[in-house]
Amino acid sequence: MSRGAVYADASGSARSAADRLAAMVLGVISAGVLLVVGLAFSGTIIEGMQNLSLAFFLEHPRSAGRAGGILPVLVSTATVLLLTLAFVVPVGIATALYLSEFSRGDSRASRNLRTALDVLTSFPSIVFGLFGNALFCGLLGLGYSVLSGSLTLAVMIVPFFARAAERILRDVDFELRLNAEALGMSRLGAIGFIILPSALPGLLSVLVLAIGRALAETAAVLFTAGYSLRAPESLFDPGRVLSVHIYDLAMNVVGGERNASSSAVVLMLFMATLSLAIMGIKHRWKR
Amino acid sequence: MAVVALLGGLCYFLVAESWGAIATLGLHRFFVDPSWYPQASGEGTFGLAPMLLTSLLLGALSLSLAVPISVSLVFFQRLYAGRRLGASLRLFVELLGAVPSVVYGLVGLSVVVPMINRASPPGSSLLAGVLVLVPMIVPTIAIVLDGSLERETRNLFMNAAALGLSRATLAFRVLLPSLRPTIAAGCVLALGRAFGETMAVLMVTGNVIQYPGSITLPVRALTSNIALEMPYALGVHRSALYLCGLILVMFTLPLFVLAKWSRRRGPA
Repeated sequence: MSRGAVYADASGSARSAADRLAAMVLGVISAGVLLVVGLAFSGTIIEGMQNLSLAFFLEHPRSAGRAGGILPVLVSTATVLLLTLAFVVPVGIATALYLSEFSRGDSRASRNLRTALDVLTSFPSIVFGLFGNALFCGLLGLGYSVLSGSLTLAVMIVPFFARAAERILRDVDFELRLNAEALGMSRLGAIGFIILPSALPGLLSVLVLAIGRALAETAAVLFTAGYSLRAPESLFDPGRVLSVHIYDLAMNVVGGERNASSSAVVLMLFMATLSLAIMGIKHRWKR
Repeated sequence: MAVVALLGGLCYFLVAESWGAIATLGLHRFFVDPSWYPQASGEGTFGLAPMLLTSLLLGALSLSLAVPISVSLVFFQRLYAGRRLGASLRLFVELLGAVPSVVYGLVGLSVVVPMINRASPPGSSLLAGVLVLVPMIVPTIAIVLDGSLERETRNLFMNAAALGLSRATLAFRVLLPSLRPTIAAGCVLALGRAFGETMAVLMVTGNVIQYPGSITLPVRALTSNIALEMPYALGVHRSALYLCGLILVMFTLPLFVLAKWSRRRGPA
């Protein structure tokens, strides 16, 4: 950041023609691309915002979603998100703790575990949908349900979450661990009272990323949580997540673009709000 | 622990489900059959070639556009832009990376496809797919590149300043060569992402199964195929779709391993 600015000042006097040309070319390409992309998005965003109203959040969809609101979709989305996090956070943190506290960094087991986790993060998301469909919907007999969807998402997100959480935990000041040991704290005590709290800001950032990925995921949820427009009444009911709703309105419903745009705006607002809320918690925690 | 079981389970399932297709049809049919009509009367055909080619082309073309753009962005932001402009650029790129792929697909449908349609109907095409994929993978490359630039090149900056080099010289003659491994790693990651991208591609490429003879023809990528047909596929058809998934993994996994391995080597 400031490194760049420092350099800019340092060579301010050495502006050759080639340098100016390079600046212009790079600037035009960068600005041009970003502007074009920004313009494209703004059209959809503006259309979406114009269509938004309080009713949109509180009504049920009518006419296959062309008209009316998105209430049941919001319910499904929130349910799936909460369930997914309920699986991801404990398992992810436990794995991260195992990797950073309870095993030697270079032991065979931990190296294999890390490799397995990294490999899992590389799989395209739709593959997780296939897996989820075969395992949760098929073998375990859960069918198209909110539960299947959450489990599938959890499987998809845990590797990434665990690895990122491990990195955060490792970054915790070594001195803190030494102090805890010197004070005679038990291992678990040290983790609970010293390490986790000091790693919390970083962990919260990772949480934000995980939420983002969960909300954005469409294909994998599509064939595990289903398509139904009704709000799920139990964990075993199918439900439509916001991302799937956007997809359906855009592709399958003629004249659905307006509500699709609004839903997209809602999705992005939802993500932004969650991120900001967690950043807020982070900030207050640090004090 | 349980995670290794998970990995094993995933692999097992993919293979197990695909096995049906392989067993019934024999592996070669996936490449030799004329095209993909799994539910045609009689046995149906399962030629993967058009879709595989589409996915590969999508990846290659969007990558070739995304790399120059990412490099320009990162260099401009680090070397030429002032502090505030640079920070806002970086923020914008990060935001771009955070947008869900459905939304990219939506914007593609509303903006890109009609534009192409005016020049050459029907609009949904390989070109649309590429144009939508590029802003999706630029953040991937740019973030990797930026991170590397910030971490590993402080000495280079100071040395170049001491030598009185202009910024252009620094950028093109010094940084670019030394960043080549990072750029390569970023490319590989981006290619993996492009190859595995489902929704945005699904929404703008038209999903007609044919060889991408020209850039404006509607085509179907391998990922889109899985997403489109899973809801109603049965029996052999279903197994065949799992095989598609297996092939996807077989492509993205080596890419990922390559990226990790070259990252570990570090810049020269």
